[in-house]
Amino acid sequence: MIRAAFSLAFAALLRNRSRSLLTMLGIVIGVAAVVMMQSMGSGATAYIGDTISGMGTNMLLVMPGASKGMQQSSLGAPLFTAGDLAAIRSQAHDVASISATGNRITRIVAGPYNRTVNTSGVEPAYFVIRSWSAATGRILTVEDERQAASVCVVGQSVADALYPGKSALGLELRIQKITCRVVGVLEPKGANAFGMDQDDVVFLPHSTFARRLAGSERVAMFMVMATAPDRVDGAKEAITDILRRRRHVAKDDEDNFAIRDPREMQVLLQSVTGMLTTLLAGIAAISLLVGGIGIMNIMLVSVTERTREIGVRLAIGARTSDVLTQFLIEATSLSAMGGAAGVALGLVGAFAVARGIHVPFVVPSTSVPIAFGISVLVGVTFGVVPARKAANLNPLAALRHE
Amino acid sequence: MLQHPDGPLLSLRGVAKVYGEGEARVHALDGIDLDIHAGELVAITGPSGSGKSTAMSILGLLDVPTEGAYTIEGVPVHELSSDVLAVLRNTRFGFVFQQFNLLARTSALENVAMPLVYAGVGARERARRATEALAAVGLAGREDARSNQLSGGQQQRVAIARSIVNRPEILLADEPTGNLDSKMGAEIMKLIQRLNVDQGITVLMVTHDAACAAYAPRQIDFRDGRIVGDTAGKSPVAGATA
Repeated sequence: MIRAAFSLAFAALLRNRSRSLLTMLGIVIGVAAVVMMQSMGSGATAYIGDTISGMGTNMLLVMPGASKGMQQSSLGAPLFTAGDLAAIRSQAHDVASISATGNRITRIVAGPYNRTVNTSGVEPAYFVIRSWSAATGRILTVEDERQAASVCVVGQSVADALYPGKSALGLELRIQKITCRVVGVLEPKGANAFGMDQDDVVFLPHSTFARRLAGSERVAMFMVMATAPDRVDGAKEAITDILRRRRHVAKDDEDNFAIRDPREMQVLLQSVTGMLTTLLAGIAAISLLVGGIGIMNIMLVSVTERTREIGVRLAIGARTSDVLTQFLIEATSLSAMGGAAGVALGLVGAFAVARGIHVPFVVPSTSVPIAFGISVLVGVTFGVVPARKAANLNPLAALRHE
Repeated sequence: MLQHPDGPLLSLRGVAKVYGEGEARVHALDGIDLDIHAGELVAITGPSGSGKSTAMSILGLLDVPTEGAYTIEGVPVHELSSDVLAVLRNTRFGFVFQQFNLLARTSALENVAMPLVYAGVGARERARRATEALAAVGLAGREDARSNQLSGGQQQRVAIARSIVNRPEILLADEPTGNLDSKMGAEIMKLIQRLNVDQGITVLMVTHDAACAAYAPRQIDFRDGRIVGDTAGKSPVAGATA
């Protein structure tokens, strides 16, 4: 009986093919939006998680200047000294590693090729903190640091751009007036959470960077690794104590330095992603509502048009419940087919977008059943009114309907 | 069947149908007494507005009387639920309409099989019995033809096949030849007559065409909601025991 009811419903929908397709469109768009929104939300979350953990685990970044939310004002705040770092290294509990860091945007030249990149001066611990190792050659050593050696390691993008088709190892690289030897090429890391290429970098020993590029032994910022993920807050506290004391911050004054925790960034980025997802969900909900009303409208038109058919069905033995079931199945089939098409469209769309902006293509296991379930629910909900109208027709009046 | 051999199959007693209220009250039927016996072929005639179609609708369980009693084999219809009425329409009555009322863009076979869907018959059995019914009305081989590919006479044959596919005892035909020319109308009438004589189906037919009515051994004439003529007493009931 149910199978017969389904075939009746499909026959009726096929008799009005183009109208059925147009009616489905609203549901197709709504469901596609639901699927895309869930897939893109999950993709972005996964991507943010990946890139943040790619920055190194348990990591803190310490910069001069007061912190005001995400804003950073380093104006007037003194840089750090080698003594500050030594004090933290020897006194702060919960701190596993520490590396001074300096950055300059510089022009680099190798043979006929040149490029403008971010050149960083770092201590060997930097590579431990960021869990970054050399793909070929080696990373910077304590010996390089002590001697302020004229050596550098380069990111994959720099190696590809300046030494195309050959190994960069042992070759010369000119960074402004410094000529250094490439001793290692780092493993590729890809883009960071803001879409910047993390492999488009050159690393010098911090001592070399400070003396020959920055012209100052002072430390612009430094990176710290806590002993364990649950010790990050402890390390933050210890560093704050030491720096406030050494930088003579009065008891009631604000810190004149800021300790950044990438996890805060993750929370912020994810709250942005969450907001966008909610927005898309709202659009999807409106689209589904409009789609549902469209189905109800068309079904009501259909009931009026088919009044005589309903009369005949009642005359030849259809019960009220048979007519109700038939029209409910028609409405539900419309929305369910629209839902299936929407799921397909949403997956294709999400895949294309993921490819386009280089984030992972993730389909949450619940999204397809949820989207499809919603479409069926819409059909049932908005099908009830027309189906009841059809089922409650008086057989004689329906037969005489012109 | 519980029916007494001489008891009527369908019986109306003092049946009235009133439309409207107060001054606008219209007596479509004004106290009808009528017995139909199994196996009869009855023509109901009368001018339009005489109440013949209303009587037919009440007999076919599509309408309910305002007053009076309608019994089928002695069972009062007003005591039955709408679902039971649907089952009765499905299993014991067949309907043929002036407008044919076939589903558009649907094959003859599917149109004919429609009552079987509501009888809960399986797909294969439906196809078999629908094919059989189409053969019985002379449309063997036209199973896949759609309604719009058939002539009026052929469409009415499909409608008749649909009305008999569930082997009803009573066939109700409302102006079955009203939309057909006289030649096709005659063919349809011969078909209806054959169903009555060969298969013993009781037939009630509303018509205003004297040529059609002439096929019926019993003719009932309606005027202003009353029966003004009934040939039942004048000629023997044909085919009652056939």
